[in-house]
Amino acid sequence: MQGGEDRRKAQAQKNIVEVEYHGTKGLRYPHRLNFYDKPPSGDITIEEFETCALDRLRILAEIESSFVRNRPWEELSKITLAQCEKYLQLNSNSAKTVDKEAQRKKDHVGHFVLRLAFCRSEELRRRFVKAEMALFRVRYEKDDAQELKDFQNSRDFGWEEVSAKEKADHEEHLKAASAWSNRDVNVLTDGYYKVKWTRVPDLVEKRRVFLKAGMAWVPSREQSSIVFQEFQANLMKALEMTAKALPFLDEDTRIVPILNNLSQGFLAGVSSEWSTATAGSGNEITADMIDDMARKHFPACMRNLHECLRRDKHLKHFGRLQYGLFLKVLGLSIDEAITFWRRSFSNIQDDKFNKEYRYNIRHSYGLEGKRANYPAKSCQQILMSDQPGTGDSHGCPYRHFSPDNLQTALLSMYSSQGLTAADLPEIMNTVKAGHYHVACTRVFEITHARQGVAKGEGIGGGESVTHPNQYAARSRELEREREGASGKKEDDGDVVMG
Amino acid sequence: MLAFYRRLYPYKSIFGWLNHEHAPTKRFTHREWAFTLPPDTYVRYQSFADAEDLKKQVCQLNPTRFEIGPVYSAKPRDRKTVRAANFTPQLRELVFDIDMTDYDEIRTCCSGADICKRCWAFIAAAVHILDHSIRDQFGYKHLLWVYSGRRGIHLWISDKEAMELTDEQRRALVGWLTVIQGGKEMRKKVNVRQGSKPLPPGIQMALEPLGPIFHELILLDQDCFAEEEGWETLLQLFPDPDVVRGLRAKWEVKPLSSEAKWEDVKNMTKAGKDQKTHDNIKAAMEDIVLQYTYPRLDAEVSKHRNHLLKAPFCVHPKTGRVCVPVDPSTIDRFRPERVPTVSQLLRELDEAGASAGGEAAAEHHSDWQKTSLKPYVDMLDRHVAALMDETRRAKRDAGPDRSW
Ligand SMILES: [Zn+2]
Repeated sequence: MQGGEDRRKAQAQKNIVEVEYHGTKGLRYPHRLNFYDKPPSGDITIEEFETCALDRLRILAEIESSFVRNRPWEELSKITLAQCEKYLQLNSNSAKTVDKEAQRKKDHVGHFVLRLAFCRSEELRRRFVKAEMALFRVRYEKDDAQELKDFQNSRDFGWEEVSAKEKADHEEHLKAASAWSNRDVNVLTDGYYKVKWTRVPDLVEKRRVFLKAGMAWVPSREQSSIVFQEFQANLMKALEMTAKALPFLDEDTRIVPILNNLSQGFLAGVSSEWSTATAGSGNEITADMIDDMARKHFPACMRNLHECLRRDKHLKHFGRLQYGLFLKVLGLSIDEAITFWRRSFSNIQDDKFNKEYRYNIRHSYGLEGKRANYPAKSCQQILMSDQPGTGDSHGCPYRHFSPDNLQTALLSMYSSQGLTAADLPEIMNTVKAGHYHVACTRVFEITHARQGVAKGEGIGGGESVTHPNQYAARSRELEREREGASGKKEDDGDVVMG
Repeated sequence: MLAFYRRLYPYKSIFGWLNHEHAPTKRFTHREWAFTLPPDTYVRYQSFADAEDLKKQVCQLNPTRFEIGPVYSAKPRDRKTVRAANFTPQLRELVFDIDMTDYDEIRTCCSGADICKRCWAFIAAAVHILDHSIRDQFGYKHLLWVYSGRRGIHLWISDKEAMELTDEQRRALVGWLTVIQGGKEMRKKVNVRQGSKPLPPGIQMALEPLGPIFHELILLDQDCFAEEEGWETLLQLFPDPDVVRGLRAKWEVKPLSSEAKWEDVKNMTKAGKDQKTHDNIKAAMEDIVLQYTYPRLDAEVSKHRNHLLKAPFCVHPKTGRVCVPVDPSTIDRFRPERVPTVSQLLRELDEAGASAGGEAAAEHHSDWQKTSLKPYVDMLDRHVAALMDETRRAKRDAGPDRSW
């Protein structure tokens, strides 16, 4: 491959990217499953571009957390399907009332946008392929048998059937290759397919095939391995090609920030926006409730800010911003917020407070300046932007504390809620691997075990923490559920007594 | 050393072997070389335009040895000028490393760095099995076995498909071939089947030739089970406590040769109470044959495209012996101690020069022809010729030049 050819290929790749926005050809998706051989065509708006990608990323990020947490495949599959139901439905051909074309197009576009975001380093490519592979496999395993067959037939997987004579010649070997399984195997009646062994490395590694002259003889029940391997290999190759072409994309200033944002989503998960107080939370929050709430419901980042505020009677700019927006979204009204901060900054004179801080608090509530409704910061923002300096207390303790300090802090914050030193090694291993939000999710589970939260359940349905407000909201919800349950018991008692 | 690099090292053959054709391709120009310089400097990411260029650098640096790495997507020399994403390993021979130290727990004749013709038999067995398995099961043809200069052997496979294997595929292939697993604390190192079910097909095929090797090498020559430590180790490999008790009672009272002890084991299968005991003992016996004779691979070397491995015809710094190619069909007769050393070769060269008069003073590419290095370089050249034939054929079949 010469330099000129590199450029030609890159140019071709660029054209493919362009087709995504400017193509006009209609779409047609006969199968629910997609091998993503061809990029989507047809016009795509920049909003569509972003939503399709974000919704898919939520699912992939959750899959990755499942891997980090060593979830068994069945559990991963269940959680992934539940997420798909929420964000990325993909119905089979038998479904009548839904717009299958639209679903499949969303699936197609989302995949290709994320390719652009995740092709840019070897590490990202590897993680993306792994997560996409899992998603494909989850869907594949749930596909309707006939539709799966149609899908398999729609593509040339390059498998060649083993003849009856060949099977008879190697009957002993084929039997031996199936000895690992407890299934009854009848070599002469079962179907076998020959493929290049490089197409099924997983089966070769486990010695679940017979190998002859570079061909693996794969029993038909293992055919899915061939499909999965093909999917993985294709995607990896495509990502490498895209990576080479990407410098050309840097010219499109609308796309690059979106892509940057997307690729960070893998680190901290994708959160929904939390910009207003959780509706219907019932009771108003007042300034003097916060000490108690912090102890019961706050994630480590907010607990830390709260404690720093109590200790120093002050917080620096980014700390005020991170904590103030969090409290706003938690349901603290502007008046209560001013009361809260006024009391907290107890070393400061009234006129200094009014001059320097009141305006900023009102501003963050959208009552001053450009009157924007600022959302609270998500885990991703806390992890990635405004890195704390030496005197700062904002940020994410899981990421920004030294291991020693983190362990001490976690014990002092959460031992009253059931966290013990024995839990720390698991949490610290997750932190060391860079999965901060998974560590935070694990702490949530441990500290809410008394409310019946089991390991792996996360903040509900296996979902990981992606936003401090989501953490606090779920914690309060659990508390209310328990109060409700015990209240109901009393009612029942009344009935009996009556 | 410098004289060896100037006058004897077969650059042209090595070039052809790595390049697969006469005109330089990326297979050579984008190839990583690493040099070990005295006292302990290690220079990586070197690359060369052709055999001449390589020779110039080798003679200038005069390294204690040098290693060959993968073909990268850009010239390793230029790696700082390309984006990291554009500097990735693309191609690499599939390589294996078998080292005598992995047999220390079995061999009774020597230990550590020592090697004699008796323990070479372990290496020879490994070469037989591996050479056959790879050709038969994976279908590769271009296998080059190279003596490592002291107590081991390397295998380089240059088939196009083998060169293109990804790390994942390499790992899978190594998994297929790996039978011996577990460290010192793991007594039973062969765990490749479910209970007493049949062995997986590849291993079953290896077992056939290993039977006679086990008899010759383990029972007769090394006599591994003569001493108590040896036969206790053997007993620990049987799952049935009744069997172990019976054998131990007999062996404790009377010194027996390994061969006689193995006869006792065989008789246990015949006297087996029931089919299940019989199957268990038979499976255990097969596993024992494997544990004592199946190739012990250094898996890490083979799993990664970017692993560096010492180049053929380098000189082992401790023994002074040249890392020469070895013909697997005569591996049983190979004697490490007869491999030429640098000093011997340089002496031969001087003698040849003296007898031919002054004309040999000029450096010449083919000076190795006058020494006992000749048969080894000839062996490599035959290997290269087969590779080049294959490349020519593939090019003709593929039509006009397509990338690599
Ligand atoms: Zn020896």
